[in-house]
Amino acid sequence: MDAIRSFFSEYGGLLLEKTWEHLYISFAALLLGVLVAVPLGILLVRIPKVAGFIMSIVSIVQTFPSLAILAFFIPLLGIGKVPAIAALFLYSMLPILRNTYIGVKNVNRNLLEAARGMGMTSFQRTVRVELPLAVPVIMAGIRMSAVYLIGWATLASFIGGGGLGDFIFDGLNLFRTDLVIGGALPVTLLAILLDWVLGRVEYHATPKGIRGQGGAA
Amino acid sequence: MLVFENVSKVYPGGKRAVDHLDLEIGEGEFICFIGPSGCGKTTTMKMINRLVKPTDGKILLNGKNILEQNVVELRRSIGYVIQQIGLFPHMTIRDNIALVPRLKGVPAEERNKRAEELLELVNMPKEFLDRFPHELSGGQQQRIGVLRALASNPPLILMDEPFGALDPITRDSLQAEFKNLQQSLGKTIIFVTHDMDEAIKLADRIVIMRAGQIVQVGSPDEILRNPADDFVRDFIGKDRLAEAQQHFQTVGQIMNPDPVSIGLGATLSEAVRTMRRRRVDSLLVTDDAGILRGKVTIEQIDRNRDLDAAVADLMERDIQTVRADTLLRDATRNILVRGSKYVPVVDARKRLIGIITRTNLVDVLYDSIWGEEDDEEQDAVVNEAAAAPQTGEGS
Repeated sequence: MDAIRSFFSEYGGLLLEKTWEHLYISFAALLLGVLVAVPLGILLVRIPKVAGFIMSIVSIVQTFPSLAILAFFIPLLGIGKVPAIAALFLYSMLPILRNTYIGVKNVNRNLLEAARGMGMTSFQRTVRVELPLAVPVIMAGIRMSAVYLIGWATLASFIGGGGLGDFIFDGLNLFRTDLVIGGALPVTLLAILLDWVLGRVEYHATPKGIRGQGGAA
Repeated sequence: MLVFENVSKVYPGGKRAVDHLDLEIGEGEFICFIGPSGCGKTTTMKMINRLVKPTDGKILLNGKNILEQNVVELRRSIGYVIQQIGLFPHMTIRDNIALVPRLKGVPAEERNKRAEELLELVNMPKEFLDRFPHELSGGQQQRIGVLRALASNPPLILMDEPFGALDPITRDSLQAEFKNLQQSLGKTIIFVTHDMDEAIKLADRIVIMRAGQIVQVGSPDEILRNPADDFVRDFIGKDRLAEAQQHFQTVGQIMNPDPVSIGLGATLSEAVRTMRRRRVDSLLVTDDAGILRGKVTIEQIDRNRDLDAAVADLMERDIQTVRADTLLRDATRNILVRGSKYVPVVDARKRLIGIITRTNLVDVLYDSIWGEEDDEEQDAVVNEAAAAPQTGEGS
């Protein structure tokens, strides 16, 4: 008990700061990922010929070791938060892109034809039919991405991006178990918390009529 | 209102889905397209709202070529009901019904009113407006599907096997309901189906298609009576044809050609004798030319004790007759509704040529139930009927 109290009195302020950094990096990457991957996923459904190609490229990127990607961005963007965010953004893309693509693609073709036959424009079909029906699947992708990102963001520490990784790697270098735990535990808690929060977001973002029916109609 | 002029659709790869099709459809008509799968019926329908683009030919809607109109405007002006219902699961019933008005920019208040109005049309309570499609039964959902097509009051509605996915009982009631609705609203309907019963029940005219071409167009009666060829006959099916044959039986085909009658000049005592000999309780009265003049019944004779009086003085002159080429089903109605025991059959010059009795009708009924082979059994039934003559001298 004393050990925990002294840990907090010594590192409490720093812990908060690093947690904030950690969240900042993760969310920035996630936001970029959503902004790019969701529209791209919708677009890919429209151009099936290119879709397979793009999806495989993104899948390949996913297999690169995370450290390698981080290192790869150093010559391009230097060190610090920006290259860290850029690298994590690449990672966040795949789950979101894949789920958006699948979610939109699996929207019942009959519904889309009904929409077309009733005189919806292409834009109206996307916004009023495809997206609302694909929300549960897209949100699942975003949730998965977010949880991964919280974990991967620890590595940002390697290229000077900060975050809770600083605690863990300092602890490893200095053989200080308390620092390692002090960094790893918040990362885990953050991941769990974020998953829960996004779960709620997913529930509320899903149109009432299709809640609890196992995804897109 | 809708004209197909030499319309063809060739899919990439050379498949001719619709082949030089000509058809004219009038205002307020209920048209069923029917044929085996792949005959081009759905393709033909989808060309009307340009979900499928015609390769060749012209489709004119109210005189205007549909290809020269704005496609979105065109579709919003035509109702569309698809198979498998196609309600949007994420929208309330209200939003589903009012979708096209919303696309057209009708203000929310008006849309609401319209949705309520329409729901009333199919006797569904207002509470349904805020429910979601999955909370409704299949039949209710398809009712909403139909209402959605009616929402912006389009004169023309396209329906692609709309009742195909429903159970038979729900389908039956929905068909009847929809036919009433269509007639009261005066909509023109293009209805695609592969169910001949459905087509016969609903259509004003049936368009039978095969391999992209029209095989026969006609009212259900016409098609049942004169199938154009073996394909149509096969498609209608033996049972239905046999049934239809009965449906189109004429009075002449089943009448008794030898009615018991008596001359105008005969006396009542002669009449009584004839009745007794022929075991009937009424006689048809004809003149020398064989023209039907009236009838006398045993009750009338009984009331008038003067047996030397002429039949002509006593007879009932105002009697109901039927022509030999009348459809049996129409004649049956007269007999059953008016409660007459029989109806005399006359030719164009009012000459008595036969009689239809309840016995004849019973025969027909037996025939349709047990087939026509058992003649002896039929005879047994004949005897109890009132004016059923066997053989005899006639007038």
